[in-house]
Amino acid sequence: MNLTLRVWRQSGPDDAGRMVTYRAEDVSPDMSFLEMLDVVNERLILEGDDPIAFDHDCREGICGMCGMVINGVAHGEQRATTTCQLHMRHFEDGAVVTIEPWRAAPFPVIKDLVVDRSAFDRIVQAGGFVSVPAGSAPDAHSVPVRKEDADAAFDAATCIGCGACVAACPNGSASLFTAAKITHLALLPQGQPERLSRAKAMVDQMDAEGFGGCTNTGECTAVCPKGIPLDTIAQMNSDYLKANAK
Amino acid sequence: MIEYTEGAPVSDTKAPEGPIAERWEKRKFAAKLVNPANKRKLNVIVVGTGLAGGSAAATLGELGYNVKSFCYQDSPRRAHSIAAQGGINAAKNYRGDGDSIYRLFYDTVKGGDFRARESNVYRLAEVSVNIIDQAVAQGVPFAREYGGLLDTRSFGGAQVSRTFYARGQTGQQLLLGAYQALERQIKAGTVEMFTRHEMLELIVADDRARGIIVRDMVTGEIERHTADAVVLATGGYGNVFYLSTNAKGCNTTAIWRAHEQGAYFANPCYTQIHPTCIPVSGEYQSKLTLMSESLRNDGRVWVPVAAGDTRAAGDIPDDERDYYLERIYPAFGNLVPRDIASRAAKNVCDEGRGVGPGGLGVYLDFRDAIDRLGRDAVEKKYGNLFEMYERITGEDPYTQPMRIYPAVHYTMGGLWVDYDLQTTVPGLFVIGEANFSDHGANRLGASALMQGLADGYFVLPTTLGDYLANGPFGEVDEEAVAEAEIRVREKIDRLLAVNGSRTPDSFHRELGKIMWDYCGMERTEESLRKALELIPELRAEFWRDVKVSGTAEELNQVLEKAGRVADFFDLAELMCLDALVRTESCGGHFRAESQDADGEALRDDENFAHVSAWERTPDGPVLHKETLEYEYVKMSQRSYK
Repeated sequence: MNLTLRVWRQSGPDDAGRMVTYRAEDVSPDMSFLEMLDVVNERLILEGDDPIAFDHDCREGICGMCGMVINGVAHGEQRATTTCQLHMRHFEDGAVVTIEPWRAAPFPVIKDLVVDRSAFDRIVQAGGFVSVPAGSAPDAHSVPVRKEDADAAFDAATCIGCGACVAACPNGSASLFTAAKITHLALLPQGQPERLSRAKAMVDQMDAEGFGGCTNTGECTAVCPKGIPLDTIAQMNSDYLKANAK
Repeated sequence: MIEYTEGAPVSDTKAPEGPIAERWEKRKFAAKLVNPANKRKLNVIVVGTGLAGGSAAATLGELGYNVKSFCYQDSPRRAHSIAAQGGINAAKNYRGDGDSIYRLFYDTVKGGDFRARESNVYRLAEVSVNIIDQAVAQGVPFAREYGGLLDTRSFGGAQVSRTFYARGQTGQQLLLGAYQALERQIKAGTVEMFTRHEMLELIVADDRARGIIVRDMVTGEIERHTADAVVLATGGYGNVFYLSTNAKGCNTTAIWRAHEQGAYFANPCYTQIHPTCIPVSGEYQSKLTLMSESLRNDGRVWVPVAAGDTRAAGDIPDDERDYYLERIYPAFGNLVPRDIASRAAKNVCDEGRGVGPGGLGVYLDFRDAIDRLGRDAVEKKYGNLFEMYERITGEDPYTQPMRIYPAVHYTMGGLWVDYDLQTTVPGLFVIGEANFSDHGANRLGASALMQGLADGYFVLPTTLGDYLANGPFGEVDEEAVAEAEIRVREKIDRLLAVNGSRTPDSFHRELGKIMWDYCGMERTEESLRKALELIPELRAEFWRDVKVSGTAEELNQVLEKAGRVADFFDLAELMCLDALVRTESCGGHFRAESQDADGEALRDDENFAHVSAWERTPDGPVLHKETLEYEYVKMSQRSYK
């Protein structure tokens, strides 16, 4: 099939940027979205043009490196799917596809579709861990964990840090990302000693980075490739309030 | 064709003598300590932030060293360890099913087809139990039973249930544990993090590794970083085949440049072809996706009995299906080690019994598991893997069997290291998949995560201290630094200057095809000689005709790619040479000339019970052999029948 792509091109942080139209020809329905872009880029290189820069790595939906707003939806319209796992069989021949980077002030564009997500790392630095130096741990069976808690913690822990939640949120909030980590650790006994200080430090860092507040629109969880549940944000808010009440 | 000479043998002088169970304890006690005040004066560079590099940088930071950590991704959390699905082995024996440190050691030595060092493997098994403790304490949400204790499952090459897992995302959860520990140290100021930086050269001065030259991938700036020791944790080189289960960015550049600076490269030909990957669907294919080996716990592998049977899987009655792994290997059935399962799949496809497009696939069928356990139970265990399969293929594995085919997954070879994980260049340490140390000629499932974390959390922090106790090593010779930087700049300029007519990817794809066809699952003298003819030809064409667009002073993904492909050419040549010289079959290295009457790999212990450690010299490769001795596990023909 053949597609028309409208792609955001921006040579660097200081460039204003613009949409540029490309054609994608002989696209196989079995191609992934990124493979379709690879083919376009191969042609651009040979024609002496600058290929479209985009982040990607594992191409199996787990590293969280890829991410584009496709036809207005972060990671495209297929639910619970990263851009790399989106396949061309979900597009129609002749379709016009718009491709843009994550848009949020704390995620400045580096080039084309590549953005700087280091704010996420700094949120984790603020407290998204259990302080346990290597070699100091007790036997793994010394603390049983209810299966339900372990499973719920896992559900929150599957966040891949791609940033789609921020891109989708009308407020540019990083609440789902932050809440996922807070909830993961809050549900486990190992996370209890630092539970409240963690929530406070991470939320304060999230605010300091310039992410917006949560108004419960739920756009984040709708685009989340891992389906991180919205109620993690309630958990975060509850722990944050307790931390501040102390 | 490339010529080689044989040099003096190499030996591991660091492993202590004595009973194997006491060796690591002995080494730890003998290792010199660095007092806390001195640690702050010692600088360590760690390249790569996967399980090995992330855990090492975090732990060295905790200990008080000044650490600089580098990764090419935008965050240390993205390293490809994150994609490991199935699990991590540990000799906890929580099941009481007869497991022990000794049994894990035994299984790993045997699984590696007697081509790994006993001392290293024993230490790995010993440390495995600490890893689980460490990860649980960090909040890694392993699967649990209703009683609140950890669940385990069995994996290929083992008859005990010792694999701990977090649904199909064990690597992700373990990596996030290491990443979080690393971020904690970054905040504490002990680790300085450099993301989107690619190591392009090793600085060796006064016979010690003293730093690296990196390129800032956003600005294109070339930077110098010096230190008292350099740790490479840069993963494997499976992408030399172009198509593999590795991430797109995985490359050999860091270890290859270190090899060019004097570090020996061990067993480059040992490649693991994973049996359960989603088959190739077209020419545009950019990577292959693994389906976790854990699926073989419940999925049954089969092909039609008759060649050319084109009926849909569901229309083929049971008596016309060949569950060939269960038939040939009744003791291990579908859970035979990876090398064996892969070759068996290739054999049935060669017989014309493969399924799917091009006949390059076999079925992995969950029909019986769904009948036995119910769909819900299967979904709980493997739900995310089934979804992933459906997304990629458009087929529903609950109603029709998965199609799978072997794909390059892991490289057992890597830079040669001693028991201390130090290379032949003093001060250069290599951990995780980037070294060669623990898996012999074949790695067992769920052992890569174990090795990465064993090296990073527990082994390196001790052995590196022993080296650093003699430091700091003073100012780095300015000339050595400048020369390293010039080598980097010259290579970049050369790549940009060609301005030819083919993209780096098109060369990479062609190189990968040569490697898969002639140095893949089955190798012969003829095929390897062919590859050794084709690779230099293609390399010459690359340097004559590659097209790298853009400039060096900007984010330039084409330039990044071209540099990596250039190194893959040189590595590919060494891999084929190593495979040619090793005329035996062992583990993942199958030489068609060396097989028994049943078509199984036939080792030649008399001539090949050694590690092949290659030195790169201006006069060509020099082979140094390290003799392998087995005091505890009796060398035998591997049998899983």
